[in-house]
Amino acid sequence: MSEVPNELKYCSSHEWVSSVDDGVVTIGITDHAQDQLGDLVFVELPETGQALELKGECAVVESVKAASDVYSPVSGEVAEINEALMDSPELVNEDPYGDGWLFKVRLADETELDNLLDADGYRAAADI
Amino acid sequence: MPFIPHTEEDVREMLAAIGVSDIEALFDEIPPTLRCGKLKKLPQAMSEMEVAGLMSARANQDGDPACFIGAGAYDHHIPAAVWQLASRGEFYTAYTPYQAEASQGTLQVLYEFQSMMVALTGMDVSNASLYDGATALAEAVLMAVRANRKSKSRRILIPRSLHPAYRRVTQAMVENQGIELVELPFDLAGGHTDPATLAQFAGQDIAALVIPQPNYFGVLEEVDALTDWAHANKALAIGVVNPVALAVLNPPGEWGAQGADICCGEGQPLGAPLSSGGPYFGFMCCKQALVRQMPGRIVGCTRDLDGKVGFTLTLQAREQHIRRSKATSNICTNQGLMATAATIHMALLGSDGLERVAAACHTNTQNLVQKLTSLEGVEPLFNRPVFHEQVLRLPISADGVLDQLSAMDVLGGLDLSRDYPELGDAILVCATEKRVEPEMDDFQKKLQMILSC
Repeated sequence: MSEVPNELKYCSSHEWVSSVDDGVVTIGITDHAQDQLGDLVFVELPETGQALELKGECAVVESVKAASDVYSPVSGEVAEINEALMDSPELVNEDPYGDGWLFKVRLADETELDNLLDADGYRAAADI
Repeated sequence: MPFIPHTEEDVREMLAAIGVSDIEALFDEIPPTLRCGKLKKLPQAMSEMEVAGLMSARANQDGDPACFIGAGAYDHHIPAAVWQLASRGEFYTAYTPYQAEASQGTLQVLYEFQSMMVALTGMDVSNASLYDGATALAEAVLMAVRANRKSKSRRILIPRSLHPAYRRVTQAMVENQGIELVELPFDLAGGHTDPATLAQFAGQDIAALVIPQPNYFGVLEEVDALTDWAHANKALAIGVVNPVALAVLNPPGEWGAQGADICCGEGQPLGAPLSSGGPYFGFMCCKQALVRQMPGRIVGCTRDLDGKVGFTLTLQAREQHIRRSKATSNICTNQGLMATAATIHMALLGSDGLERVAAACHTNTQNLVQKLTSLEGVEPLFNRPVFHEQVLRLPISADGVLDQLSAMDVLGGLDLSRDYPELGDAILVCATEKRVEPEMDDFQKKLQMILSC
């Protein structure tokens, strides 16, 4: 059974968003998503400072059987990326909500967070 | 013998299952204006014997002229063993090696091919080949636009000294994807791309700069300065190279301070005969950091569960059968047979042999140019060093001279007036290692005769 922590917000395209800390949120992919993809072998991240559009393609997670786009759940500017994933993409499999985070975004519009799903909403959307 | 395995009954059952009356109805949505209908001008069918007779009559029309034309396709000696081996059934009929456990031979040959191309170009990785040199460049341009994340412009600088057919093919393949090819002029005295002409683009958003070596005129470009300019301006450097020339020239991996990012080219000079334009094959190599943006097949070396060395297609998540519309390219195959021949060709020659071929081509062309320019009114058009081709200016119509030479069994070069009218009566000549002294003397004698008429 995939983990869906209650304190996070979600997109139906399987990204999670942390609560806001000084205008910045952390973003990753859900436990369910990493489980469906299988062992990750490569993660392509946006560049720090890059402007992100709401629902725009911003990263790629590649497993031995598929490569999937990650869509930004919010608009804003990339504040930081998880450099550790360059050498250790398996962190996403091992700890999707912790060390396997993908990137942090300085929000352009905090009200966008209101449109995201809560844990129950995501469970329903992802049918888990 | 029918090659379609479905019987009439099979077809009827399938149509009934989907509720369609006949096969023709499946094509209903194609408007009649787009359908060619019956082919009215097809000649009557011939027997195999008649076709063989026709083909041999047509082939005889070519005669056996001495070929001094290069311009992207080169008449090199191919050791007899190359096609004797490449024509073996195991290589000749093999299809894409998806099933690694049944395709170790094919996969190992392609792995060797990639290893040789990496050694030749000085790059980190190679794919298992593409269709031809021109489409390889178009793929390299598309790849550069994807890979250069600092650039948003989709603008590519492409020198006019690059093969005109490569420029046309690339234009056709990228123009509907919003990519702009900006042409760079060449220096009229040197026949090269003067790095100074790039100054006007300094600081602009350019995705990549294309650098031919040697260029279409046979002239050596200032590859170090061009590569460094590209990197200083946040553009990728794409080398378009002749693989034989790389045996004696600095490889793209060593151009400038950081080396080219992508290099590609036509593989025909490595074991493929001049055969009415094909099949040839393209090659492409790149830096390790860009490998996930590379199109085409890549074969990797690994170990199986028992620790034995084995080969398999790798990084397939880039490809169409996995990544669908987000694939790096629609290329989901390679020119396996031509790459196999090239691998055998390179293995037979070795690095020393390939270097001797390159040196002999260079020497022969120098010798030919000396003989031809001793004639009144024939002179080299450009003053910079060349590899194995040179542009010569003639005192009379190039077109007419080449026709007369051809009637005398000498293919005396390529008329450049169609693609480069500004050069006047200019021809591009080439003498590979196959051209011998008596052929060159014969060419000189016949040209002299034509010019003195």
